[in-house]
Amino acid sequence: MTLVALEAPRHNVAVGRRHRIPLPALAVTCFVLVTLALALIFFVAPNDADQGFRQRIFYFHVSIAFTSYLCFGAGAWKALRHLWKRDPYADLESYVAVHQGVIFGALVLLTGSIWAKTSWGHWWVWSEDQLVLFLVLFLFYAAYFMLRFSVDAGPQRENLSAVYALFGVVLVPVSFMAIRLSQRLIHPQVFTRHGANFGGWILAIYLISQFAVLVLAYTLYRVEVTGKLLDKRLRELRLA
Amino acid sequence: MRYAADVGALARKDLLLELRARDTLPSMLLFVVSVFVVFHFSLPAGSSDVAASGLLWVAIVFTALLALGRAFVPEREQRVLDALVLAPCDRSAIWLAKSIATFAFLAAAEVVAVPVFALFFKPVSGPMLAGIVLADVGICTVGTFVGATAVATRARELLLPLLFLPLAIPLVIGGVGASVGGDPARYLGFLALYDLLFALLCWAAFEYVVVE
Repeated sequence: MTLVALEAPRHNVAVGRRHRIPLPALAVTCFVLVTLALALIFFVAPNDADQGFRQRIFYFHVSIAFTSYLCFGAGAWKALRHLWKRDPYADLESYVAVHQGVIFGALVLLTGSIWAKTSWGHWWVWSEDQLVLFLVLFLFYAAYFMLRFSVDAGPQRENLSAVYALFGVVLVPVSFMAIRLSQRLIHPQVFTRHGANFGGWILAIYLISQFAVLVLAYTLYRVEVTGKLLDKRLRELRLA
Repeated sequence: MRYAADVGALARKDLLLELRARDTLPSMLLFVVSVFVVFHFSLPAGSSDVAASGLLWVAIVFTALLALGRAFVPEREQRVLDALVLAPCDRSAIWLAKSIATFAFLAAAEVVAVPVFALFFKPVSGPMLAGIVLADVGICTVGTFVGATAVATRARELLLPLLFLPLAIPLVIGGVGASVGGDPARYLGFLALYDLLFALLCWAAFEYVVVE
């Protein structure tokens, strides 16, 4: 029996497979980058001429929003891999990516609300595109979890979750268009068709914080996937 | 050609069933009129007509939910869906036929609901009607898909609105824009784009929802 347990799920053993960067190195890089970004934001970044000190939340707010989109995109990509190539890890990876996206999306709502309160005096501003879009996405992806945990584990759950995650990447641009259509714009247009709307230090610090948040998200994703795979492996060993 | 015949046969089955049993349509009609009455009392006196045309969209979405909740229930209860999946036809034909049947129910309900709305609240404009038709296509394609997803789960009817409403928000934005906005053509174009994108996605992905 022990032999079977050791032999059978060989393709499951390599928990950190395919990943070239070891997790501890990633964690240390992440810590250094986030610390650096925070230091730059608080001590180096210049005060905004119009908004003053409070504008500094922008560095994290925008970085988190971008990361959140990327997580949803990664979740859909893994979902596509699952449906298309039947990659045995893709379902779990898609789920973890969507989960990360929802956590970062909640942070976007939080930081956006704080910024809205300090800039415009209200915690919630319906005319603010990005906030409304994230609310729609948050509702959509919260239903993803309801769906996923309402089906027993198995191929059907994997398929339904994957299809729903694919709906998400279509919903993002469509909702974005719809909300843009319906609203007057008071959200600061940070990026326009002519490239970034700022330069010099601000751009450099933004890019560093963007990179820091991306590495943070990737580290969390790796930790979560590794943990879930270990959990699965442990369960299989117990049953064997 | 074969595909069209399959879709036609399946849609005819749903319409015939409804014609004989009359399960869905009368409840939709009663529901939508009751909703209008509720709206009348929930709008404070002196509210603008603009608010009323927004409410029409709430009524349409919730009436559609009523039909969508029923759409796949008989299929599940009598295990018809298993037989349909085994039948030698493309699985997306099941989705397309069900969408057409649901569209017919919703359109029939609106044939009554829109004049009643005009009678109770305010006259209906041309762009508004076009918006209703385009939004109905989106509601039925996406809603049928989500309905098939929801019946595959333990929560069933409970899950349907949770899955459907976030997907319907762009439709409501487009529909309200076409009803009250200054430039209805842009909103109608947007609704058509939504219909096209989601119809393609549903058509391609439906197989994964029904095959276990």
